[in-house]
Amino acid sequence: MTTEVTKLIHKYLRHDKKFPHVWCPGCGIGIILGSLIRAIDRTGLEKNDVVLVSGIGCSGRLPVYVDFNTLHTTHGRALTFATGIKLAKPRLKVIVIMGDGDAVAIGGNHFIHAARRNIDLTAIIVNNGIYGMTGGQYSPTTPYGMTSTTSRYTNIEHAFYIAELAVTAGAAFVGRGTVFHVAMLDSLMEKAFMKQGFSVVEVVSHCHTYYGKLNRMGDAVEMLKWQRDHAVPIGAAGLAPLDGEPAGYSSSRFVPWFTGPAGSASDSGRTMPPPPDKFTIGVLADRDMPAYEEEYEKIRKRAREAEEK
Amino acid sequence: MKSRRSGERLLQGSEAVAEAALRAGCRFFAGYPITPATEIAEIMSVRLPAVNGTFIQMEDEIASMGAIIGASLAGTKSMTATSGPGFSLMQENLGYAIMAEIPCVVVNVMRGGPSTGLPTMPSQGDVMQARWGTHGDHPILVLSASTVRECYDFTLRAFNLSEEFRIPVILLLDEIVVHMREKVALPPEGEALTVERPRPRVPPEWYIPYEDTPAGIPAMADFGEGYRYHVTGLAHDIRGFPTERPDEIGPLMARLFGKISQRMADIHSGDFYQTEDAGIVIIAYGSVARTARRSVRILRERGIQAGLLKLNTLWPFMRKAVESLLPTARILVVPEMNVGQISREVKRVNQGRARVVGVNKMDGTLITPDEILERVMEIV
Repeated sequence: MTTEVTKLIHKYLRHDKKFPHVWCPGCGIGIILGSLIRAIDRTGLEKNDVVLVSGIGCSGRLPVYVDFNTLHTTHGRALTFATGIKLAKPRLKVIVIMGDGDAVAIGGNHFIHAARRNIDLTAIIVNNGIYGMTGGQYSPTTPYGMTSTTSRYTNIEHAFYIAELAVTAGAAFVGRGTVFHVAMLDSLMEKAFMKQGFSVVEVVSHCHTYYGKLNRMGDAVEMLKWQRDHAVPIGAAGLAPLDGEPAGYSSSRFVPWFTGPAGSASDSGRTMPPPPDKFTIGVLADRDMPAYEEEYEKIRKRAREAEEK
Repeated sequence: MKSRRSGERLLQGSEAVAEAALRAGCRFFAGYPITPATEIAEIMSVRLPAVNGTFIQMEDEIASMGAIIGASLAGTKSMTATSGPGFSLMQENLGYAIMAEIPCVVVNVMRGGPSTGLPTMPSQGDVMQARWGTHGDHPILVLSASTVRECYDFTLRAFNLSEEFRIPVILLLDEIVVHMREKVALPPEGEALTVERPRPRVPPEWYIPYEDTPAGIPAMADFGEGYRYHVTGLAHDIRGFPTERPDEIGPLMARLFGKISQRMADIHSGDFYQTEDAGIVIIAYGSVARTARRSVRILRERGIQAGLLKLNTLWPFMRKAVESLLPTARILVVPEMNVGQISREVKRVNQGRARVVGVNKMDGTLITPDEILERVMEIV
């Protein structure tokens, strides 16, 4: 086991990058980086063919440590740069890592449109419900009623549910995991990397430094325990397994996470919704649709035919 | 509209831009519909897929700019085209391309502003935005064209400069130049010079992505070719890794400016028209340079020794060209469809030697020869 880990570290972390990293001790991003490396190793992708793109924030600092083609872009715009790379060189595996503010606040429009286009990218979204790098301001996934440094009198906005947003926006594959459920996270990422089309893995993580402290949720270990106690695997939540379902959005999976107006979205009557403060983990959508690049080949063919006429 | 005899064609400015981009080797276009630049996107959406290129209509101009930077990093020459409101949105990622030294071309077909302004009417109001629109100290290259043929030539040049210097190049056009049709003979296939970015000639293990070179322009590896390196908008060291060390940030900034300032003579391009003996010189660019030229002819007919300096490079400002006029020029007239964005630069270079007067218009109409003449006759 230890030698395996050392081998992976040696193979995938940059030798010429000065460590230590920028993250707080106990941060979930390290676990996500571990999952990402293991999942890539399992897929057998060549390092030369992997591009890791990030935006701005704590998650934005992840690519610099890893020995791929790495690109640290502007806040919220990582998917736009990734779109250009992928379309210019479709043979590359382009993985985008973003935070919650990055992906669904400033980059929200890019996120839904990348999903709608079904462009062959994988978006990994570290959802810790707060802006960590700037010191704990509320984000679009901070639950109603919680405290942050810009919602000292509690947050009156309602949270986005990132994975559900991706499902309705048209992503081919959507999974949600936590940094507590590491084995599942490895597997979700591997599935996402292998999927043709836009794939999303939302990772519920923790910012004990700000979110935990401001909301009296304890240290990193306590917050990991919170994830253990509040995450419900899709099977265990009484939701039907994905296989055999008609392709497309299934409303039975629309289960908001954290607190908030949960359970109300269950309208099918065929399944039991989890209790209000729980959230589902697992695969929320897996559907086969032609990816953008595949469709664009048709456009090229039509254009060539039109020019020949 | 190809003429059988001479290869002459009746072309619109926007068509010339698209033709030149394809000739330059542009194979990626990302854009968002906006008047009066939409035709360029429409043409590219038809032409690019036929040559194995890619056109994509993004969700906004921020995304368009991000996408062309990404495509360029993967080794594909790329461009976008927009107008004022879209250009404002592009400023964020434009700064990224400057900092990370990613070649790309941005065409801004200027319309009246501020805000939504005058979507279908011409203006030259974005001259200063092109120079200083993105935050922080930075170099930039900006070209301007006043004929359909120049739309072709300068689009090609924009790509070449961008590749050579690893910097985004902005082509500032205006509504008149882009919507105008003129008879032009384009250079025959194979005759137009195209430049490629410097690529590494060393194996990946020796490659230092932001290494200083005599020209200050490091070799740029395409993503996915074995050179696994890091690109960031943060201040970075020569390996591309973020740094906060003043002894690494200083040389980076010096190199970014130096690569342009040491080659100013090659970047600057202008046309001198009857300036040798001119006491009155009009300094103009874009569609206004056309009326300025007519004004010079009329003034000469009236026995007044007038000339024209047409600026094809707007930024970095052509200080030496303006200085070269000063031995004979007593009066410098700067007509612009803006509040006087270039005339202030002229005044800065002039340092009180000649008299500098502006002819400024912001009502959405072109400055006419009469309006220039009227101003000149007032002074003379």
